[in-house]
Amino acid sequence: MPALPNQESTPGAQRIPNGAGWAAVLAAGIGCAALGLCVDLAEGSRFLFDKLNFYSPVGNLSGKTILGVVVWLSAWAILHARWKSRDLAAPGKIAVLTLILLALALLATFPLFFGLFAVA
Amino acid sequence: MELSTREWWTVLHGMVLGGFFLGAFGAGLAGFWSLRPEWVTPAGATACVRRLVIGTFTMALVAWLTVIIGSYIIYPWYRAKPSVDPAKMTAAELQAYPKFYLTKGPNAARTAGWHDFGMEWKEHVAWLVPILATAVAFVVRRYRTQLVNEQTLRRMLVLLFTIAFLAAAAAGGFGAFINKAAAIR
Repeated sequence: MPALPNQESTPGAQRIPNGAGWAAVLAAGIGCAALGLCVDLAEGSRFLFDKLNFYSPVGNLSGKTILGVVVWLSAWAILHARWKSRDLAAPGKIAVLTLILLALALLATFPLFFGLFAVA
Repeated sequence: MELSTREWWTVLHGMVLGGFFLGAFGAGLAGFWSLRPEWVTPAGATACVRRLVIGTFTMALVAWLTVIIGSYIIYPWYRAKPSVDPAKMTAAELQAYPKFYLTKGPNAARTAGWHDFGMEWKEHVAWLVPILATAVAFVVRRYRTQLVNEQTLRRMLVLLFTIAFLAAAAAGGFGAFINKAAAIR
């Protein structure tokens, strides 16, 4: 793929390693999957169903979403720190892993699926 | 033509913020699609990326506002529990408690699904949207015109962007239907 002309002709223009970009992508997949996992765990465990009620007016949706966001941001911080100066040799694997995580997240947040784990 | 305070919040959440996100998707997708080295000139790529930076950042911000307002302001009104047994309330009284109107009301056999499926799906899948939108906005902002030559990363952004749109569409669609079946007033 030919480089964009202005990148070669612009004085001082440097290619930024793609690691940070893939860190953001993978972290998003991890965060979404974590949210989905929280949904399913809350359905399958009376203990967690109650414990994830961080804010009563919202119910356990508060715990699921807060934990999901915390996991996402934590994963992003860790991956970014590790990959920001690197060019990933096999970004395709990261892409596949991310898509698998997103597929799991979409499945886990689908009512007909997480309803299978519902406790009475 | 008056709306209550709660109705204004649902308008903001669904019609303004949610509607903006869904409507902006087309422009964003066109922007990503056109970022190909064989299609763009340097000036064109710079202009396109500038629009994408502004657009994706705005969409991510809007997505966060949408889910936070939806979950932490509107959702408590939706799921509020009446102080008396819903079975002893009239349909008119139950309408002030949308979740219980749908699941315990006189037409619960027909309306419970709006909550058991619609709201249960919407309240969870919607939270994927701001996470994905933020990732997209970050990558666009960091790499700018370098995205033209990062084919795999660019394609991944299109996928994340599209999944965010589909999740938002599901959440928004069911939100609209649920508000028709059991409006928050």
